[in-house]
Amino acid sequence: MTESRKKILLIGNPNVGKSAIFSRLTGARVTISNYPGTTVGFSQGFMKLGAESAGTVIDVPGVYNLQPLCRADDVACNMVTDGDIIVNVIDATNLERNLFLTLELREKNIPMVVVLNMWDETRHKGIEIDLEKLEEELGVPVVSTCGITGVGIKELIEKIRMVKGKEFPVTDRDKKWEEIGRISQTAQVLHYHHHTFLERVEDISTNPVWGLPIAALVVVLSFNVIRFIGEGLIGYVCDPFFEKLWLPVMEKLSSFLSPGSLLHDVIVGKLIDGQIDFFASFGLLTTGIYVPFAAVLPYMISFYLVLGFMEDSGYLPRLATQVDNLMHHLGLHGYAIVPMILGLGCNVPGAMALRLLENRREKFIAATLMAVCVPCMAQIAMIVGLVGERGGGYVALIFGILFLLLIVKGTLMNRLMKGNSPEILWEIPPYRMPQFQAVLKKLWMRISGFLTEAVPFVLLGVLIVNFMYMLGIVAYLSRLFAPLLSGLWGLPSETISAMIMGFLRKDVAVGMLAPLDLTTKQLVIACTILAIYFPCIATFIVMVRELGIRDMLRSAVIMIFTAVSVGAILNILL
Amino acid sequence: MEETKLTNLKAGQTAVVKEIRGGEGVSHRLSSLGIRPGKEITHVSSHFWRGPVTVRIGRAKVAIGYGMAQKIVVEVK
Ligand SMILES: Nc1nc2c(ncn2[C@@H]2O[C@H](COP(=O)(O)OP(=O)(O)OP(=O)(O)O)[C@@H](O)[C@H]2O)c(=O)[nH]1
Ligand SMILES: [Mg+2]
Repeated sequence: MTESRKKILLIGNPNVGKSAIFSRLTGARVTISNYPGTTVGFSQGFMKLGAESAGTVIDVPGVYNLQPLCRADDVACNMVTDGDIIVNVIDATNLERNLFLTLELREKNIPMVVVLNMWDETRHKGIEIDLEKLEEELGVPVVSTCGITGVGIKELIEKIRMVKGKEFPVTDRDKKWEEIGRISQTAQVLHYHHHTFLERVEDISTNPVWGLPIAALVVVLSFNVIRFIGEGLIGYVCDPFFEKLWLPVMEKLSSFLSPGSLLHDVIVGKLIDGQIDFFASFGLLTTGIYVPFAAVLPYMISFYLVLGFMEDSGYLPRLATQVDNLMHHLGLHGYAIVPMILGLGCNVPGAMALRLLENRREKFIAATLMAVCVPCMAQIAMIVGLVGERGGGYVALIFGILFLLLIVKGTLMNRLMKGNSPEILWEIPPYRMPQFQAVLKKLWMRISGFLTEAVPFVLLGVLIVNFMYMLGIVAYLSRLFAPLLSGLWGLPSETISAMIMGFLRKDVAVGMLAPLDLTTKQLVIACTILAIYFPCIATFIVMVRELGIRDMLRSAVIMIFTAVSVGAILNILL
Repeated sequence: MEETKLTNLKAGQTAVVKEIRGGEGVSHRLSSLGIRPGKEITHVSSHFWRGPVTVRIGRAKVAIGYGMAQKIVVEVK
């Protein structure tokens, strides 16, 4: 590595296309979505600057001014003053507002290039910007780009290579607004613009009367599409593959390894009534492969496909305003549904998005609700697969319980904790037509993340389960926890093994209930408890980082208390 | 010329921001979203039961919580 590697920072308002530009400059894959607050952490990538030298490009979370970067987090603040080059990305359709940050950044006296992104949208919005005049007024190089198509990126790279430092005087806020007024007057002409089709859609979906029914329709429709695609993939692709192709191979392997041997148990698993059972056998090559690829993956694909369209269209912030009222009863504001929805895919990115929330109280409530009431797609898929065999109504019952818990716990925390739910203040981006290719790219990014980061842990989980049984650990723990499990929850004490696995992977944990011969009631109780008692370790780590260890411990106490009492109540009621 | 709170505007009505009746923190947050005295602001829609108010400011749209929107004093022509 060279010491001469320059640090290039991409800074700008939320949702202006920084991540789109970032992936154009570096080729690195990052999440790009049409709502403010997509990027919550810093991503790094590399770009060539000359024949020999390269630069480190950093995608900084969007901010409207430098204050949040410098107040919330010293690292972020130092980051800005440490950069060698600043690339300030601006939404060209919102020049005036974006320029405030530009003037703040200019004072740092770091070489800077201004990028007018969304250039393609200026025309139909009736906005005309004179680049040369703007460059002259600002005193720094300016380029226009389109982050989606890549137009202007070459020129941007050229300008980054050439940019030189300059000194600018420090001014106060009012002076800045004055200057911005002057700059936009000289460099920008606004024409009257006609309503486009998307803007008409806009008017309906934020209408106070129609907004809520439309939101309900969108949610119901998404749910059905996710189910349709998920079930379709399982029924027509995954299950046929495993039943027709994989099962015969496993049966051969089974007789080759001779059932009952140690190797057989680890690789093929236990035979259930003399047969291989992909859910219950628990061998590495049976359950270990079937769970991630045939039970979970189809739902991952369908969920993230639908989510991708939602994110890219720009509907999420609208949904957030529609539910703002309701969320206030839970101690949150409307935008808190963004982390919750992301959490439905996987709690880890959901927990990271907690950073979007303003204060400690709100973060605490949102994290606790997410950990307890928002199961991830891997877990949902397993519940659907396992409990669904006993009847769809039982699946609905589990999710109904979780939803009820969300309302009750949110209301309780809101009533009992000091303080109020903060007010929403969020920009609503224009509707954009989702690009199929961009949606697929994002889907692939998330799916490959699942395949490389989750699947190894599923296999590890299956391996651990085998050893836990073999070494008698399950038997020991069963005796230890029997009072809680059988006494209070009415579950066989062997379910302790699933509870322990739940810390590692919730999907494997739900799968572990399969061989236990549970009654339907027990299955419902066990699945519910698995969903609420504690987040998986990966989520836990992120939550500790976002909340701090003290709040996380407080939250954990609530989770465990909830699990114990809900389990007991269900045991009595069902 | 008539002064009123932003929350009292009807859908589609345009006014000019007169002042922000709130602490430095609120006015700074609003101003970085483009909502500051002298700017034209259009009320796009509001929700029942003191729900958030959506406004257009320049070419951007912003959702503002009811309580905060009450702190924005506007002048209607
Ligand atoms: N029409 C148009 N859309 C763009 C352009 N660049 C990005 N977009 C879209 O704008 C939205 C926001 O892009 P991102 O790259 O996620 O924006 P960001 O600045 O990283 O946003 P945050 O991470 O939330 O701060 C996405 O839907 C992009 O597809 C562009 O030049 N023209
Ligand atoms: Mg981003």
